[in-house]
Amino acid sequence: MRNRFMLAGLAAGISLLTLGAAQAVEIEYWQYAYETRVTAMDQLIANFEKANPDITVKQTTFPYDDYQTRVIAAKAAGQGPDVLQLFYGWLDKFQSGGVLQPLSPTAFPHDAIEADFFPIVTAMKRGDDYYGLPTAVRSLALFYNKKLFEEAGLDPSKPPQTLDELVAAAVATAKHDAAGNLISEGITMDMAGQDHQWWREVLTRQFGGVPYSDDYRTVKYGEKGGVEALKFYTDLQTEQKVGQTGFMDEGQAAFRGGMAAMTIDGTFRLGSFKTIDQFEWGVTELPANADGTRSNYASYFANGIGASAQGEELAAAEKFLAYVSSPEAMQIWLDVVGELPARKSAALTEKNLADPILSPFLKALDYAHTTQFVDEAGQRQVAIDMANRVLLEGQSPADSVAEAATAEQAIIDAAAK
Amino acid sequence: MAQGAITDDTVPRGRAWDRFSIRTKRVIWAWAFLALPIIFYGWIRFYPTFQAFWISFTDWDILKPAQFVGLENYDKLVHDPQFWKVFRNTFTYLIVGTPISLVIAFLVAYYLDRVRFMHGFIRALYFLPFLTTAAALAWVWRWIYQPVPVGLINGLLSQFGIPQQPFLKSTTQGLPAIMVTAIWAGLGFQVIIFLAGLRAIPSTYYEAARIDGLGEGAILRKITLPLLKPTTVFLVVFSSIGFLRIFDSVYNMTSNDPGGPLGSTKPIVLMIYQTAFSSFDMGYAAAQTVVLFTILLIVSLLQLFVLRNR
Repeated sequence: MRNRFMLAGLAAGISLLTLGAAQAVEIEYWQYAYETRVTAMDQLIANFEKANPDITVKQTTFPYDDYQTRVIAAKAAGQGPDVLQLFYGWLDKFQSGGVLQPLSPTAFPHDAIEADFFPIVTAMKRGDDYYGLPTAVRSLALFYNKKLFEEAGLDPSKPPQTLDELVAAAVATAKHDAAGNLISEGITMDMAGQDHQWWREVLTRQFGGVPYSDDYRTVKYGEKGGVEALKFYTDLQTEQKVGQTGFMDEGQAAFRGGMAAMTIDGTFRLGSFKTIDQFEWGVTELPANADGTRSNYASYFANGIGASAQGEELAAAEKFLAYVSSPEAMQIWLDVVGELPARKSAALTEKNLADPILSPFLKALDYAHTTQFVDEAGQRQVAIDMANRVLLEGQSPADSVAEAATAEQAIIDAAAK
Repeated sequence: MAQGAITDDTVPRGRAWDRFSIRTKRVIWAWAFLALPIIFYGWIRFYPTFQAFWISFTDWDILKPAQFVGLENYDKLVHDPQFWKVFRNTFTYLIVGTPISLVIAFLVAYYLDRVRFMHGFIRALYFLPFLTTAAALAWVWRWIYQPVPVGLINGLLSQFGIPQQPFLKSTTQGLPAIMVTAIWAGLGFQVIIFLAGLRAIPSTYYEAARIDGLGEGAILRKITLPLLKPTTVFLVVFSSIGFLRIFDSVYNMTSNDPGGPLGSTKPIVLMIYQTAFSSFDMGYAAAQTVVLFTILLIVSLLQLFVLRNR
């Protein structure tokens, strides 16, 4: 009996040994599960392994809702991945928690990073170190339903370019029934979607304020701009009655269903909207204010190197990271996932700039801002509650913005402790 | 293996074992079998429970090592307006939900007990929602409560010219809207238990009462309700714990603003979930868990005491 066990153990041990000998280095890559992203990464891994036969990359994915917990739990257990994807807004948490290691300046020289990538890459910098590099970036734009524009007598080739035109187009396209109930929106209102970014980084600036201090550690929208921006936003529901929070549950669902003429959403929605066959839609830059000031919110998922990668694995991880942030990888990512390349040279090609769908998003990268969140979900909740206090409880925009500013400052201060 | 054991140790082990009476042997065997689940339970349930008490006195955030902070988390809890709102919501679910669901379940069971025609079919209809996944139920209701182009109820209302109701999007209607679905989903189980309780009352009592000329109302008050007490106690405790732990229906019905507009439907478990798994503030979440544990304990003991057999 005992002998048999020993034999089995020996056999298992030998097979493990041979396995180790056949594969020189195996590194582990983590990202969240999203079909096109996984497919694109599979392609990148295949190309990378062909060029580097001594390295194998194992891709592991988790559902988005679970992803941060998994990364953090793996770090606590000391078994993190070698290369992992992270939202730029999680960097503070991941960096202070020791999930990531800084990129070596010899493998990734800072001047090259800052010259080649769009300026928003600096959101991955803490102190003197970069902690990751993006493959693709995302920005916002105004999507509009050409069919509903035509029905309302608007020219579908001339989408609104200013806030006043936006309101006029929304008023023209919104439909109500006899009782006054909204049955088709002029513009969607969904603070839980992208509207909180629109209010924070775009509207607040267009109404003459700034959302935060330059280091994003002090809330500034309470001082100037924020109140007017919120009033403009909530007036869409209370005054012009062209949108309604919770209409069809989510803004993107209403637009998809052909029950909203306009919605503000990001590059990541392109894949889903491309399957719409009921109507044609177009994209345009987020409207400017009366002075012509435009702004946008850009964000990205970056890839960083796990703190536990050492020696051979670290060298392999650096090679892999360099490949997934190369222009070639960015082109594959654009073709498969539809997200914009993070390097200027790969993004601002003639072909991309001539593309009617991509160009509004690309133009936005020049003037976009990247909010440095400390607790993305918490800060978003502050904005949702702020709008709800005005829409549901009739609080004045001024009081609501003041309350939101206090609440958000408390979240930022608690994270800095 | 078995053979080896017998040849090796038969003599010493056999002697000691034979001295026990059959009764003792049975007890030993019973404990031997019970030990496995007890060890498993102790390790997977009770150990983490005690661990939670410890974590509630630390500032653990998963990433950095936990540091003892004394009662800081509890102090924060007492001064957190969000917590009191959530506390109020949870007790609204409990205090309004439990009696309503029990009264409805009793009425249904009481009359269903007298129905012979299609009895099994009707009972199955009541029980059906209980068999369905809570998340699926919640999503269906979420769409039923939508405004006009989609929502069923608002569609009906607007046909009769009644203004639309915001339901889940409202700070005042959100909680009742969710409570209705929670009561409806749990009704089938309570009806079945009440039916079983009603059937367990010996029919001789009823016959005697009728011979003595008691009316239906008096029979209900003097015989049915008192004899149904063990069933009622069980359901009150069971349903109270259910409402105190309500989470899935709320989370699924309001997932794009979890806990409803301005937290108006948020129960304590959802707050714990968010504190732990979106803010990763484990110490604070553990403190909330300890409070919930204490409430559950007190409520359960109180109900057992009030409804005890005299």
